[in-house]
Amino acid sequence: MEKTELLGMSALELGAAIRSGRTTAVAAAETVLEQIERQDKNYNCYVTVDGENAVKKAGEIQKRIEAGELTGPLAGVPVALKDNLCTKGLRTTCSSRILENFVPAFSAQAVLNLEKAGAVVLGKTNMDEFAMGSTTETSYFGVTKNPENPEHVPGGSSGGSAAAVAAQECFFALGSDTGGSIRQPASYCGVVGMKPTYGTVSRYGLIAYGSSLDQIGPLTKNVEDCAAVLEVLASYDKKDSTSLKREDTDFTAALTEDVRGMRIGIPQDYFKEGLDGEVRAAVLEAAGVLKRKGAIVEEFDLSLVDYAIPAYYTIASAEASSNLERFDGIKYGFRAGGEKGLNGMYRKTRSQGFGPEVKRRIMLGSFVLSSGYYDAYYLKALRVKAMIKEAFDRAFAKYDCILGPVAPTTAPRLGDSLSDPMKMYLSDIYTISVNLAGLPGISIPCGADSRGLPIGVQLIGNCYQEKKLFKIAYTYEQSVKDEKKL
Amino acid sequence: MANDISNETIDYVAILARLELTGQEREEARQDMCRMLDYIDKLNELDTSGVEPMSHAFPLQNVFREDEVTEGDGCAETLQNAPEAREDMFVVPRTFD
Repeated sequence: MEKTELLGMSALELGAAIRSGRTTAVAAAETVLEQIERQDKNYNCYVTVDGENAVKKAGEIQKRIEAGELTGPLAGVPVALKDNLCTKGLRTTCSSRILENFVPAFSAQAVLNLEKAGAVVLGKTNMDEFAMGSTTETSYFGVTKNPENPEHVPGGSSGGSAAAVAAQECFFALGSDTGGSIRQPASYCGVVGMKPTYGTVSRYGLIAYGSSLDQIGPLTKNVEDCAAVLEVLASYDKKDSTSLKREDTDFTAALTEDVRGMRIGIPQDYFKEGLDGEVRAAVLEAAGVLKRKGAIVEEFDLSLVDYAIPAYYTIASAEASSNLERFDGIKYGFRAGGEKGLNGMYRKTRSQGFGPEVKRRIMLGSFVLSSGYYDAYYLKALRVKAMIKEAFDRAFAKYDCILGPVAPTTAPRLGDSLSDPMKMYLSDIYTISVNLAGLPGISIPCGADSRGLPIGVQLIGNCYQEKKLFKIAYTYEQSVKDEKKL
Repeated sequence: MANDISNETIDYVAILARLELTGQEREEARQDMCRMLDYIDKLNELDTSGVEPMSHAFPLQNVFREDEVTEGDGCAETLQNAPEAREDMFVVPRTFD
């Protein structure tokens, strides 16, 4: 098979081609590794490429496919993993100096699920340090560039994963989403990304940032791939105490073109000041496509949108300050030398091991949890979180799904966000409340701005309603394909 | 800025956070913190009296299980990541004199 044809395939197309014998798992792995070798120096999607092992693994999987042992849709398909997912024997850095040489003794449950399905791990993708950032510029291993335009960021924090999918340096990738970290880079890079209902994918082996908000999810070339990958990832896991027992995880069953009579709400408060005109037009056009397919599209007031970011930064920073206490220079990772006492070693190690954005959030989190400020800041934010959840509950009493932008603009230029953290935080305004309420959300490409930078539309569903989102997203994707053909 | 965090408070938070801030870093951290708190103060516009703090989006109950050995202790693999180890133990700097 031609290299360009192979690299252009979706994950499901490649899986089918391997099963039918048109190509092999080894050829797929070797071709995509060549692509990485040839061009990743331009984009820096990967922190670690595990080429030799990937080819070896692909050989083993090919044999098992031929023996009829592996029959699933992802068998033999190469995947990239965000570098906060633990991989046994393969360096896992969280894009931080403090974990520069950390080699996990176990794999994340989500990774094990993929391996069981026969996916071939290519390597680990770049991210904002400890997933704290929205541009992949806070990585200790350098910035990742947007394959659509390398002068722009890929978004973040799962920027390496989104860029690797867009640059055809993998066939799908895993990311994690604490405040928009899958959906926003998916939007900036022109790929599909989903954050499932909290608890759907086990967090075991995901290096924690904000535990009550973190969720692993897929970044893919299209909606079908996204449903197929999530179907493999979703599982009840007793090693994650927040894991959900779900029986409705046959997500690919929802891939039908039918939105007639479905009620879609457009929150007016997502279309106010701050939203770029071209993004606005593209997102409303996506709503128009669904309306033409028979959906009932209505505007409504979601309310509380401006309070999501301050509540998020309070809660996420508090949880981060606690979660990152484990990085102390004793059990794993970097240890600073030259200190005699234990406390001095802790402080030096952490001060040299963490970057500025991580330190900023640890400081804020330590402050809002400290005695005297706990009620005024932390508990206040948890009360606002409850109010935000109620606002969504009211919306989902009326609508099957909420449709809006993913981010206020297309991908910013490299460097523009780093100078002003508050500006960077605002890029998550439409995604963050979804994490606070534990809801599923998907980002799908819906056009490009006049500079050619991709624009994404976000669909938000009620808890457990991924299938509705997949149905609407699939209908949209197919309709756009059909309209292009006309 | 509405919030004015003192140097003493920053030093105290740095102790809680186990971070060492040099002169300039300390001032930057102070200004960052003031800016963030000004922004977070926006939450005070909302009347939250009578609203229960929600730590989790779903009602969660503690999950109990038997404490059984499943994969062993993985002592050798675990210690491979230690900056310093000796005889199946992590080596730490002297804590008492």
